[in-house]
Amino acid sequence: MNDKIAIKVDDLTVAYNFKPVLWDVDLSIPEGVLMAIVGPNGAGKSTLIKAMLDIVKPIAGTIEIFGEPYKKQYKKVAYVPQKGSVDWDFPTTALDVVLMGTYGSLGWIKRPGKTQKKRALEALEKVGMLEFRSRQISQLSGGQQQRVFLARALVQEASIYIMDEPFQGVDATTEKAIVNILKELRKSGKTVVVVHHDLQTVPEYFDWVTFLNVKKIATGSVKDIFNDDNLTKTYGINYKVSVLQ
Amino acid sequence: MSVQEYFSLVVTDYTLRTITLGTAILGIVCGMLGSFAVLRKQSLLGDAISHAALPGIVIAFLISGAKNSNMLLIGALVSGLVGTFWISGIVKKTHLKSDTALGLILSLFFGFGMLLLTFVQKMPNAQQAGLDKYLFGQAATLVESDVWLMAIVMGVSLLVLLLFWKEFKVQHFDPDYSKSLGFNTRFLDVIMTTLIVLAIVIGLQTVGVVLMSAMLLAPAAAARQWTNNLGIMIFLAAVFGALSGIFGTAISATSNNLSTGPLIVLVAAVFVVISFVFSPGRGLLFREIRHWKNRNDLQLHKTLHFMYEIAKTHEDISHPHKVKILNNFQGYTRNSLKNLEDREYITVDGAMWSLTQKGYNKAMNLYNQQENSYD
Ligand SMILES: Nc1ncnc2c1ncn2[C@@H]1O[C@H](COP(=O)(O)OP(=O)(O)O)[C@@H](O)[C@H]1O
Ligand SMILES: [Mg+2]
Repeated sequence: MNDKIAIKVDDLTVAYNFKPVLWDVDLSIPEGVLMAIVGPNGAGKSTLIKAMLDIVKPIAGTIEIFGEPYKKQYKKVAYVPQKGSVDWDFPTTALDVVLMGTYGSLGWIKRPGKTQKKRALEALEKVGMLEFRSRQISQLSGGQQQRVFLARALVQEASIYIMDEPFQGVDATTEKAIVNILKELRKSGKTVVVVHHDLQTVPEYFDWVTFLNVKKIATGSVKDIFNDDNLTKTYGINYKVSVLQ
Repeated sequence: MSVQEYFSLVVTDYTLRTITLGTAILGIVCGMLGSFAVLRKQSLLGDAISHAALPGIVIAFLISGAKNSNMLLIGALVSGLVGTFWISGIVKKTHLKSDTALGLILSLFFGFGMLLLTFVQKMPNAQQAGLDKYLFGQAATLVESDVWLMAIVMGVSLLVLLLFWKEFKVQHFDPDYSKSLGFNTRFLDVIMTTLIVLAIVIGLQTVGVVLMSAMLLAPAAAARQWTNNLGIMIFLAAVFGALSGIFGTAISATSNNLSTGPLIVLVAAVFVVISFVFSPGRGLLFREIRHWKNRNDLQLHKTLHFMYEIAKTHEDISHPHKVKILNNFQGYTRNSLKNLEDREYITVDGAMWSLTQKGYNKAMNLYNQQENSYD
């Protein structure tokens, strides 16, 4: 971690049908952290990262990626959407999905070639999915589908990785494998932002955390702010860190 | 005229050739573009566009006051586009479900179109204009210039799909991700929707407002059953579309009074039914067979496992045992005993069975797999 800011969110307000989902959120994510975004269902976690990625338009506020708008920096950011957000019955293979990770740097019209394919295969190998490269994606288990999504992001060779619940519905082996990759990414200086559901594993997996429930409750290092007070403020009930562990 | 005679006539008869070529090309265009509508699960979109085109046709007739079919096409195009982009506007602004918005526009435009149509039909020159042919289509009115227009739309669609192949692929699989990669997803959507509107408009004269969306969806839905590759799916959809056009026209030409449009759609529907029943992998029949086979295998494995448990207790695994002791066991049937013997897992001698080495190994593997399946 250094003093550089990877993602800066200023006064962000997002609403669907006039109902505010995010309210005046300020957030600075330092470069090189492995950060969890936690909060109850419907807290606006997915909306926050979609706003960072310029997928949803805010009604107020700005977002900067390394000091510039997303449009200028998209090659530096890789996104892992929630697994349930796509139709896995789409007629395509694991390798083909991972190749999509190269589309951004290729730009319009140009097709992926040998170099791209080699990188995609390497990414598949990294997530332990090489032998499933030709498999139709609907015939993969939930954990395998999640690994394919991760490989697709790895291929982008980005500086910032933004992931929406990558541990959702995966088995213990896959969870370990993914955590190892996340830690490796951080070690090589990347910034990793993960929407996370399992409070119990926050201290073990992450070094930085943001509590969110429509408003930002707190953000900082897990050591400093992952405590009963913030958990209670975010989840509304009396939460105890000690009970989680 | 028999179907055979028809096919020899196609080569020589100008009118027949024009119609056949037109319906085949229409089938190709619909199959290619319909594939994307099917993958987006936008099954109502085609319906909405074709119904939205009707008022445009009538208004174009009222303005030009003639039966100039190009004017009518332009009218259909304009009102189809207006309807379609109105739908996406509604979805964006109000967050109504897109099905709701589609249904709304569909009935609004179609109702308005029908209203205008009944009004126009009372006018003196309405009969020759034959506006009502746009409801169910009339392939017989296709002329060479119509076919040229269809060929141009086909060429443009093919070119656009080849050019933006990877963009359309990622866009239809995962639109949010596509946006995060920096692609202008709005632009891609507008291009695809415009192509679909074009395909529908050029098909209205042949297939008609009511059945046009079936023409768009059926070949693609059938093609999806046969492959897990997007490119092959689109190719197959184009082939099914073309065959629907050709056979629909052939059947119509050989049986005097049946109109072409509905027949084309009917042939396409036959492709759908065949594909949903017989395609390997996804078809109902094969799924049933696989299910039945799995159940059978399971029963066999249960019996084999039971035998293994018995044989394990003996020094010699091939020690013979009475068939009778299996009677207490649910998975046992005469058939499964015979099946096990066919696979050389056991040998049967009168009322006695004994496990072979092969059967023993197989049972041990099954046993280990069960243990490991909980990791
Ligand atoms: N496309 C949408 N249209 C309308 N409401 C939405 C949409 N997406 C999310 N919401 C609503 O916004 C709120 C926040 O959603 P989300 O960001 O997905 O929360 P989280 O990821 O924290 O569970 C929820 O109440 C959800 O119902
Ligand atoms: Mg979410």
